[in-house]
Amino acid sequence: MPENRYEKAPRPGQGHYVAAPEDVKVGVVDAVSTDEAPSSMWREAWREMSHRPLFWVSVAMILVVIVVALVPGLFTSQLPRQGCSLANSLLPPSGEHFFGTDKNGCDIYTRTLFGAKASVLVGLLTTAFVVVIGTVIGAVAGYYGGWLDTILSRLTDIFFAVPFVLAAIVILSIVPSRSALAVALVLASFGWTTIARITRGAVLSVKNNEFVTASKALGMSRAAILWRHVLPNSAAPIIVYSTVALGTFIVAEATLTFLGIGLDPSTVSWGGDLSAGRSSIRTNAEIMFYPAAALAFTVLGFIMLGDVVRDALDPKARKR
Amino acid sequence: MLWYLGRRLLQVIPVFIGATLLLYALVFLRPGDPVAALGGERGLPEAVQQQIRAQFHLDQPFFVQYLYFLKGIFTFDLGNTFTGRPVSEVVADALPITFQLAIMALLIETVFGIGFGLFAGLRKGKLFDSTVLVLSLLLIALPTFVTGLVLQIVVGVQLDWLPVTAGRDPDVVSLLMPAVVLATTSFAQILRLTRTSVIENVTADFVRTARAKGLSRGRVVNRHVLRNSLIPVVTFIGVDLGNLMTGSIVTEGIFNINGVGGTLFDAISRGESVTIVTMSTVIVLVYIVANLLVDLLYAVLDPRIRYA
Repeated sequence: MPENRYEKAPRPGQGHYVAAPEDVKVGVVDAVSTDEAPSSMWREAWREMSHRPLFWVSVAMILVVIVVALVPGLFTSQLPRQGCSLANSLLPPSGEHFFGTDKNGCDIYTRTLFGAKASVLVGLLTTAFVVVIGTVIGAVAGYYGGWLDTILSRLTDIFFAVPFVLAAIVILSIVPSRSALAVALVLASFGWTTIARITRGAVLSVKNNEFVTASKALGMSRAAILWRHVLPNSAAPIIVYSTVALGTFIVAEATLTFLGIGLDPSTVSWGGDLSAGRSSIRTNAEIMFYPAAALAFTVLGFIMLGDVVRDALDPKARKR
Repeated sequence: MLWYLGRRLLQVIPVFIGATLLLYALVFLRPGDPVAALGGERGLPEAVQQQIRAQFHLDQPFFVQYLYFLKGIFTFDLGNTFTGRPVSEVVADALPITFQLAIMALLIETVFGIGFGLFAGLRKGKLFDSTVLVLSLLLIALPTFVTGLVLQIVVGVQLDWLPVTAGRDPDVVSLLMPAVVLATTSFAQILRLTRTSVIENVTADFVRTARAKGLSRGRVVNRHVLRNSLIPVVTFIGVDLGNLMTGSIVTEGIFNINGVGGTLFDAISRGESVTIVTMSTVIVLVYIVANLLVDLLYAVLDPRIRYA
């Protein structure tokens, strides 16, 4: 079946149909202003996003979380494990302890601020790993095709068939040290499949475009074409997915840490504090509110941003 | 279609073998010698260790061990746990509980998700619609275990309406709260999916035709709008069947339920490799079958999708 159903039969002696001069609408070409910079997909996406309040709200939320994660000392003079005293156990909120203290007598406000680092670090690292692994596998499978595609696609199917929370639980139970990097690697080891599938699909739809054929004709190497032309044009769905996935990975880390198999207990994290607060659920449930709210705030920021980015970059969803 | 079905079924086999092999390798290639550790401080005599290794085929090469495991899966004979219970019995105890939990969650999320989504979609831009939209976004952002904690505190402890944890042999009442928790994220997603779909269909030509024919509003909504809006929802529910299995790992951990997820957790804390692998295999199997069902549903429900 022809790619383009309006394509006419090639003229004798020609491999491709070339329009006769009288068929070319010169008026259309003339109407394009050459003064303006050419409008790219990214420019249009930016124009659409910057007009939406939701975009700025989510960006502001994410910025707040990132600043707190980088320099929690800006907002508190205390340290998460300093000044903890059992004599101060479970104090109500006061001028000294804005959110009160937890069971060990640590300041909840300070611990909530310092907990941001673990979540943001694991979320960003996992997303980075997943994008690298998934893009490489998906792009190689989609671009080179053939037996390489068969092998990589089956591999993706196999990893996809193991739910990533299940795999994370099984692997983390045997990992000796559970630092942020280790948890991120474990989450990424089974979390890359969706990006690989998305990338493969995007690359398949891009690789037969005219500009790719043109680059080939100009003598560009296949690897260079993939890197310079195919990948940049397949980036939109990858970016949309990664934004939402970042939120999902933060949730996964917090869940695993809450269940006692995520980050080491010595790491200050929201999941860990929620897990610790659980022992006083019947008496002092309010101490769990702050880490939970911080977690929800962070995830909400990334999910909202993902929503806006999808609307701007995905032309099929744009109509809705 | 039949050709597609056959090919799709055949594809499942290598995926199943690959996925279980992967899990098996993860669990059994872990460092440490489980047999030597069995005796505790004093250790077991060498002869006893040899015997146990032979009984569990631990003296065989890894791949042979895996084949014994596959054989065990298909003959429902997986040996015993450390406490002497047959593993197949543990699975038989756990599966019905998880299935009950998953079905309850599925019912809750479908009924409420489609209901709220339909009403929000029909009143696009009104107060109800915007409220529901914001709330659904919040529900998606809330991790399952946070929702679980909030419900445990409010409904379980403060109001004392439902039991905080489910425990052994849970009945429908004690499973209600876990089911609601398990359903929340998918509920919000079904709601948004239905809403988008309804909004798209309300302005479709066939709905205008139905109105022009003089059909009542209820009939137009039921027969024409809702029915056409459900195609993406039905496929989402299929995908969700697999997600519910994973979600149940977390939910059962929080509510202390002895289903597939809860048993898996206990097994991991005890280092009971056979149970870990078996439970994981059960989850993977449900996941694969659910994905298969979705692909087939696509083909049946949407005639625009053709498979060569």
